Parts: sequence; structure tokens; C-alpha cells
Amino acid sequence: MEVKFKIKRYNPVKGEYYDNHTVNVSPKDTVLNVLLMIRSGTDQSLGFRCSCKSAICGSCAMRINGRGRLACNTQIETVISENNEILVEPAGNQKVIRDLIVDLDMFWNKIKETTPYLQHMGPPPEREYLCSDEDMLHLSEVTECIMCGACVSDCTILEVDKKFMGPAALAKVYRFVFDPRDNIDDSRLSKVSEYGGIWDCTHCFKCIEACPKRVHPMERILSLRKIAMKRGITDNNGSRHSDAITKSVEHSGTLNELMVLPKSFGWWNIKELLSLIPGGIRMWQRNKMPSILHPKLAGVKNIKKIFKKFKSK
Amino acid sequence: MKYAFYPGCVAKGACPELKMSTETLMNKLDIELIELKDAACTGAGVISEHEQELADTLNARTFAMAEKIGAPLMNICSTCQGNMSRSNNRLKNDSSLLKRVNETLSEEGFNYSGNLSVKNLLWILVEDYGLDKLKEKVTNPLKGLKVAPFYGCYILRPTWDLGFKEYPARGHYLEKLIEVCGGEAVDYSGKDKCCGFPILTMNKKNSYAMTANHLQEAKSKDADCMVTPCPLCHLNLDANQPDVAKTVGTKIDLPVLHLPQLIGLALGISQYELGLDRNIIDTKNVLSAVS
Repeated sequence: MEVKFKIKRYNPVKGEYYDNHTVNVSPKDTVLNVLLMIRSGTDQSLGFRCSCKSAICGSCAMRINGRGRLACNTQIETVISENNEILVEPAGNQKVIRDLIVDLDMFWNKIKETTPYLQHMGPPPEREYLCSDEDMLHLSEVTECIMCGACVSDCTILEVDKKFMGPAALAKVYRFVFDPRDNIDDSRLSKVSEYGGIWDCTHCFKCIEACPKRVHPMERILSLRKIAMKRGITDNNGSRHSDAITKSVEHSGTLNELMVLPKSFGWWNIKELLSLIPGGIRMWQRNKMPSILHPKLAGVKNIKKIFKKFKSK
Repeated sequence: MKYAFYPGCVAKGACPELKMSTETLMNKLDIELIELKDAACTGAGVISEHEQELADTLNARTFAMAEKIGAPLMNICSTCQGNMSRSNNRLKNDSSLLKRVNETLSEEGFNYSGNLSVKNLLWILVEDYGLDKLKEKVTNPLKGLKVAPFYGCYILRPTWDLGFKEYPARGHYLEKLIEVCGGEAVDYSGKDKCCGFPILTMNKKNSYAMTANHLQEAKSKDADCMVTPCPLCHLNLDANQPDVAKTVGTKIDLPVLHLPQLIGLALGISQYELGLDRNIIDTKNVLSAVS
């Protein structure tokens, strides 16, 4: 089949531009095979990273049709458009060095900031540090991460704030927080509960879609939120927000929108509370202000019973 | 056609115009809605941070109510759709979870079979009602109005939980509906990204930066307005737009319509019945395109 590859190129002299290559390929060919074909044939100047061709080394992450993927495990037939076109761009959120090659310094610096090694308190064991099969099986879902950065490429928070730790680094934190051999204290959880950590994730699911190894980084971030709250690390807006919504549903069956904002900011946070006033006036003027007397569902007693059952578990 | 109608919390709170315009549109299309008045919040993706099974139980309770009515469920919020789809899949695929949940629900006399169809209005209009039938109803075409679609994350991802295998075009339905209504869909990169609303209280700066990016990108592509099936996105894109504009130091003034408001206009429903006077950003440029 004939496929048109539209490739985003960059070099410091020419700047950004797009190249088009029409190539004859098999539907089962991978995008990486086609890039190698182009480089060995029509354009030897095309820059990209690759090594294992087996979705193990994580070198060839790039954006294919707008989504972070590994070029080596993306078959043509799974991404081709109705017009037989495929758009190939460098991974997002990182500085482009040349063509499809991005600077990975930001990625690795964020991983390094997580102290990505086991930290054990107390005397060392006589032999190796043991971990049960069950725990190891659970952790293996996260240790599958091959550090390709496809999740970082598509993270919608990193688009606006490079200080966000990002999905790969936070999944790495999960890997150590849930490892029974790593027992330092709650310092990992305290650190990720601050600005730039778990509460800055916006639930966009982009990292879950992009991850070629099904590490599900966003789910790991939500699990870190849960365990941080359970361990009492709750003096932050994210934790207050989560608590305000959950309690509202418990007590009325639905969301009390009027109370969620001040409860999340904290009643003593005068500056933020005052900042809500102009928006409140706009809502009131347009008859959009939720009622101060938040109505309860008729069957709220049954909802309370459901909550009670889970609390007693 | 009949649906068990789940309005969700926001359409009964800060976006009353969404519930109002939905009911008016469905009436115009002869679709019967039976509101699930005692249904709880889906969990908003937040209750699951505390206990996933609790959120699944609350959703199963709502599904059981719809099953009692004997109609598929319709919601009008991307976030509700995402939470409901994921709970429904877990309940369908995990018989021990379904059993435990039903034990809890039995105290209230409910039982959920695990087989309910749960669809957002967006999907219902395209898949159940049909674009050809809808086109026949268009009396006031949007005359080339340039409309930027904005989906909301929860109705797009993860694709494996949202039926994209069976309906691979679900990521393009807004564009199809805009065109059926006589408008022109604006293509821009922000349409499938996050509106920023979920982190509004955690990091307002980032939240507004995301919203500003999408609004400004749509404007740069000459959009006359934006349309969304998600009231939470609508709150950041419309209700918070004046504050968002201040952070970037420029006026944006891009009207943002709820999905039933846009379709309703093309079907000749009056602006008052669609609650357009409640949108924060003035919609007069949209109205002048239709009149």
C-alpha cells in the first residue's frame, strides 16, 4: 500500500518545517521500519533515536498522529488515516534537538528527584531484602516502565507548567511507596503532596493512553493520593477538595458546588475566598448561582448507609 | 425513544441552562425523558480516590433505578459518562464485585443486572437518533458559523472503557453534529485536551493557563463560538472566562455553548428556552448567525 508520511523536521539553521514522503509499505510494517526505510533511501539526514526495535529500550517514543507512541510497536494499519496519511512529530513537552530527537534532560532530572532507589530503615537483613511474590507481582505492573517518555510527551499539565513532576516520575514514586522493602517514612508522600506533585494532575487520562507498557501512570497518581490522605498528609487544597466532594455526596447525595470551593481553599484563606466574589456576582447576575440551601435527595438515608458500610470495612 | 435521564449535579446547580436546554431539545425530537430524581453523584472521579467500590456502588444504584424504568440511561456530562462507563465495565466484567454491590443495594430493594446501556446525549444523537433524521429537523441552519468542538477528557479516554472499539468515530461526533447543524467545525489541537477545571482549587494558575490556551487557539482559528458536552468544562471555559482572560491580559470573548443549546438553535428553539441568557459570555454573535 502507498502511504504518505508527513514528518515534522527541525534543525537550528532551517528551523521547523514538514517533509512529505510517499512510501510503499505493508500494513503490518511498523512506523520505525518506514522511518529507517526513508533514512536509508530518500533522506539520510532524518534524525531519530532507535535501538532494540522490540519495545524494550524505550528510545523511539514520538508523536504519531498526535499521540505519544513507540514507533517500533506501532503498525501502519493501526494509525493510517482515511487519506492514507500518517503524521510523525517529535515527542511533546521537551526541547527538540533535531527532527524527532528530543532533549531527555528534563525527563531524567524529574526521575532523579524522586530518589529512585530503595531506602531501608533499620539493620540490614542477613541475606537479601525479601519481597513477597504477591507484592512483587503488583509492583511488576509499574516496573514494566521502560522510561520512553511517551506519557511525558502527552501530559497536559507539563504543557503549561514544567515544574510538574509528570506521570513517569510519579509512577516511579508509587513503585517505591508500595514496595514493602522501602520503609523510610512518609517523606516521599509528603514531598509529592506539595506543589508540582500528585494534586497537580488533572485526570486527563492522556498518559494512560500513551503508555506502551500499560503502567497506567494516572491510576498510580490517584493511588498515591489515597495513601497520602490515609497517612494524614491532608493539609493541602487537593486533599481538602477530595474530602469536601466526598462528604457532600455522603450528606446530601449530590455535589454542593457552593461549598466545594471555600472548603478546598480553606475557610481561613481570605485572599482566595475574596477572589471568588467577582465570579459569584457574575453567576448571580445570570441566575446561575446554586442554592445556598443545598437540597438533599429523598433517599439520602440509603446513600448514608452505603457510605457507613464502606467506612466500617 | 425513551431514556432514564441522569442530569448530574452541575446541570441542577451552576449550569441550570444545560438541563433546561436538554429537556427542550428532547421534547422537540419526541424523545421521552424520565428523570432519575433520587440518583446520587457519580463520584466525579474523586470518591474513587477514597474507595473505588463505593463509587461503583453509587453508580450501580443509579443503573438499577434505570433498569426499573426499563430504559437506557442518558447523561449530559462528559465526566459523568466517564465515571459511569468505567463503573459499568467493572460491574459487567467482575461478577464478585457485582454480587457484593447487589448485596448492598438489596437493602433498598435494588438489583443491577450489569447490562444497562449508559450513553451521553452526544452519543445518543449520533448513534440512536441518527444524523440524517436530525438534519431533517434543522430549520435554522447555522450558516457557516465556525464552531470549535471541546469534548472533555472523560468522554474520550481511556478509549477501551468508552466503547471506541465498537464506535471508533466517537472522537469526531461533535464535528459531525456541528456540520449537520449547518456550521463549520474548527480544527484545533486543544479540542481533546483538559479544560483545567479539575485542578481549579489545587493550582488555579495552571487551570486557567490550560483554559486560556484552548480559548485563544480556537479564536486564532477564527472560531465564532465553542461547544461542549461537559458542564464542568463549560464552567472553566465560560463562567470563568473573564478571570481567565485577565491572566493573559487580553479580551477573549468567545461564547461557549452547551451541546443542546447549539443543536436547539439549529432546530429553531428560542434562545430563552435554551437558557442562552444564562451563559456568562454573551452569545449575540451566535444568535445573529442563526437569525
